[in-house]
Amino acid sequence: MTERHVFGPLALSAHALAVGRGGIALAQGLEFTVQNGKCLLLRGPNGVGKSTLLLTLAGIVEALAGRFDLDGATSEDGPLLHYCGHRNAIKPRLSVLENLDFWARIYGPTGVPPIAALETVGLDHVAGLDAGYLSAGQGRRLALARLLVTARPLWLLDEPTAALDSEGHDLITRLIDAHLEAGGLVVAATHDPITPTDPNSVETLVMAGLH
Amino acid sequence: MKAFTALITRELRLSIRTGGDVLTLVLFFVMIGVVVPFAVGPDRALLGRLAPGVVWIAAFLSMLLGLDRLFRADHEDGTLILLRHADLPFSAVVAAKVMAHWIVSAVPLIVASPLLAVMLALDGAAFWRVVLSLLVGTPALAALGAIGAAVTVSIRRGGLIAPVLILPLAVPVLIFGVGAISTGPGPDLSGSALLFLAAISLITLALSPFAAALAISSGED
Amino acid sequence: MTTDTAPKPSFWYRLAHPGQFVALTRPWLWPLTLITVALFAVGLWFAFFNSPEDYQMGDTVRIMYIHVPTAWLSQFVYGLMAVSAIGSLVWRHPIADVSMKAAAPLGATFTALALFTGSLWGRPTWGTFWEWDGRMTSTLVLLLIYLGIVALWRAFDDQLRAARVIAVFTLVGAINIPIIKFSVDWWSTLHQPSSVFTMSGPHMPPSILTPLLVMAIAFTMLFLTLHLKAMHTEVARRRLMALQRQAAQTGKTA
Repeated sequence: MTERHVFGPLALSAHALAVGRGGIALAQGLEFTVQNGKCLLLRGPNGVGKSTLLLTLAGIVEALAGRFDLDGATSEDGPLLHYCGHRNAIKPRLSVLENLDFWARIYGPTGVPPIAALETVGLDHVAGLDAGYLSAGQGRRLALARLLVTARPLWLLDEPTAALDSEGHDLITRLIDAHLEAGGLVVAATHDPITPTDPNSVETLVMAGLH
Repeated sequence: MKAFTALITRELRLSIRTGGDVLTLVLFFVMIGVVVPFAVGPDRALLGRLAPGVVWIAAFLSMLLGLDRLFRADHEDGTLILLRHADLPFSAVVAAKVMAHWIVSAVPLIVASPLLAVMLALDGAAFWRVVLSLLVGTPALAALGAIGAAVTVSIRRGGLIAPVLILPLAVPVLIFGVGAISTGPGPDLSGSALLFLAAISLITLALSPFAAALAISSGED
Repeated sequence: MTTDTAPKPSFWYRLAHPGQFVALTRPWLWPLTLITVALFAVGLWFAFFNSPEDYQMGDTVRIMYIHVPTAWLSQFVYGLMAVSAIGSLVWRHPIADVSMKAAAPLGATFTALALFTGSLWGRPTWGTFWEWDGRMTSTLVLLLIYLGIVALWRAFDDQLRAARVIAVFTLVGAINIPIIKFSVDWWSTLHQPSSVFTMSGPHMPPSILTPLLVMAIAFTMLFLTLHLKAMHTEVARRRLMALQRQAAQTGKTA
């Protein structure tokens, strides 16, 4: 698939959103809007609820108060988001390609074919290798390849640069760039600088904790 | 549907490549059959009378012991969270896993059951009834087990508690499973027992994906 | 905290707030205790001095006045837990969580008591302490389910998260209990024709029925009192845990 998938108009907005785990609020009064082609970077020290906010937006953790909406989505669309967390969800004993192929089938093969995605993230030479032998950085790349095999407009990335080398940082920048260009939305929590080529497309939300 | 089969294929592929688990389970199943004669004596008549119950208890315990791996590995490496955003409902994902679990943990036991039948002096006609009742009853064990595994998946050391939770709930399966085999004194009720067993299997299979999916998503919260 | 932001005056809302719940229900505790004591005094007097001996079982029939109420409670408590489980799953009512947790050990205790008195009664009646009778066996399975639920509560570190998971399991158990009862009845060959609840029909003379009813109400009140007290304790325990966590959080980020 050479032609870029272009996503319909979407906007992710949060109003007075409070997030937390186990009934304890970590962040509250969050307000933001992300539109097509925009990237929201979440910054702040450890423990201010960046990961919890991403989990909340992914629908895994309940919001404590306030609300968030994905405007423009209809119920027939099916799941519209990719969540990429700390854990890579890679099974040893399956080859790298089998791992990716599995997710392409489960999520729906609406993006690039798995082998092409491996090429993009630089893992095509180990496609047949048992995924248990991948290094931490390679595992991360395989997790990122999952974003490509299924085209979904909203990416929720939790520390995407973890375990990656400087070339890996470039890869993430390229992936986010291409996704924004296709009209996608990105919310990313990160400590490393991610600088998409178009600085206008980036907004930053500094989270500061409650205390 | 494609996603559903992909899930089952993956589970089967993983268990074939890992291999050890299935083998251990079958070994455990057979060993119970080996140990019983030591406990009650080698009297063939007595063993033949006990055999249907022993085979069922062996299957029962083997399936309960294999429970913990149903969701735990997927929970620990983050797969379970990602499966929540799959292109099919989460309860369908759980249903696929229950089916795969039945194939990798119950079918090998049924295949190995002739071994037990020979050792425990079970006659031919009774043996086929044992196979039939195992075939009909084990899906209920897999489905109940999935609920137990789902309830305990977010507990760090939940390995032992799932069998303890599920065992009392599985009592009817054992009762009708053995009831479908033995034709003791009195009227023959094995036919109706088999029907009850089938009914329990169908009810638990229909219910368990929803209950297990709800338990997993509540536990993640 | 967020729950404090917009207090609505509705009764259910005030009940939903654990602190409010304790404040509202604490005054009930003493009257409940007094009623329970009074009922037990009346019930026990009836049971020991003002009810006839059975012409077959003699004085041992008086075990019934403990056995039947505890057996009734063993099922009533599970019913209460199932209703609380629905409240916790559907409305996310925090008091439903607390009620569910407080009821489990009480239910286990009453069920164990029912089994114990049942086997004491069984000794002179059947000649053994334990008979695999249908009613006794399904009560035993019920006890195992209760103990499993208690163990499950203890296994979770995070009690808030535990509540919804255990609610799912409690409801699965509630669906399963009739099936277990049916299957055990089917299995049991030595099944006594229903010992109590058919007796409570027209066959039972009022001289037995009155003390039985009084004792049943007394035990139910005892359960309600203990349950309310256990809920208060649980609310206090949760508040303590929340404070500890908050302290840890402040210490870390400050």
